[in-house]
Amino acid sequence: MIFYISALLIIGIGIYALIIKKNLIKIIIGLDLIETGINLLIVSIGYVNGKTAPIFSKDVMNASLMVDPVPQALTLTSIVIGASELALAAAFVVLLYRKYGTLDIRKIRSLRW
Amino acid sequence: MIRKIVYGVFILIIIAAIAIFMSNYKFGVDKMDVGKYYLDNTVPQTGAANVVTSVTLFYRGFDTLGEVTVLFTAALGVAVLYFMGENKRKQKLQESNFVTKIGTRVVFPFILLTGAYIFMHGHLTPGGGFQGGALIATGFLLLYLAYEETSIDRKKFYLVEGLGGLTYVIIGLLGFFMKGSFLANVLPNGTLFDLLSGGIMLPIYIGVGLKVGSELSNIIDDLMCEVKCEEAGGEE
Repeated sequence: MIFYISALLIIGIGIYALIIKKNLIKIIIGLDLIETGINLLIVSIGYVNGKTAPIFSKDVMNASLMVDPVPQALTLTSIVIGASELALAAAFVVLLYRKYGTLDIRKIRSLRW
Repeated sequence: MIRKIVYGVFILIIIAAIAIFMSNYKFGVDKMDVGKYYLDNTVPQTGAANVVTSVTLFYRGFDTLGEVTVLFTAALGVAVLYFMGENKRKQKLQESNFVTKIGTRVVFPFILLTGAYIFMHGHLTPGGGFQGGALIATGFLLLYLAYEETSIDRKKFYLVEGLGGLTYVIIGLLGFFMKGSFLANVLPNGTLFDLLSGGIMLPIYIGVGLKVGSELSNIIDDLMCEVKCEEAGGEE
């Protein structure tokens, strides 16, 4: 249960940073926080009380003792996508900084709202 | 002030919506559906000990190929965005200290070795191509941070990246021509817990590991170029 609550908390902090912060780097950090929260949420959905990781070893050969592998596999995908998205966002921020000389979205004309 | 309150209410609504939705899925209760099938059939069908790897590479191999493509597109996008810019300013870098320099020299080969170990044992232990590749890229990042004059050979990294991606597609096509479906298992499963087991997973993860490692190194090179490049880039 604590995993659900902390995942929701992380997502909330991420959305807060995304819409309240004015610095582009902080906005990107907010984006990454949302992604981390979602990953934690997905993995904790697949958890089953009292079971171990879905990896066979000499000690654990019984498939009925393992948690759901599908959310973990999907999270693996999601982490990689998140990393590439972060790299692209950072590249955009560098370009904006080169063009406008500031990271404050209030001072960048085309991003004001 | 009003704006902040409105935003706060907005965030609370989103969180409450997710929480209400999540209350249908109690924490720690067995909700397995397709996961049951994977857990029961992974060892006889694929010969891999790590069920997560078998799901990503064997049952959902096509999805992972798309994921590799996304990573490739992102690396390409970063490179394009960086060489598109015009005024590339050169900044004075602070020289790294003695501990970083010597520490990097000691640790760098071990980081590469650990990365290679992780992506080669993806079907047996927690890990795999993406994690091992990211670890290899951190080695190169350390090299960049420690030595100002570091510059990786882009041509060779592009070659490794291309070969890694090609391995994946060629194995997929081999499955298509020999077994009749894309990414079918064409290699023997071997005995459980051996390094040479798991069918097509080992060659695919070696390819993916090399590809991800060189791709992320290229991204690091692009990002570091912002402060390090001597003259305006664009000859790539």
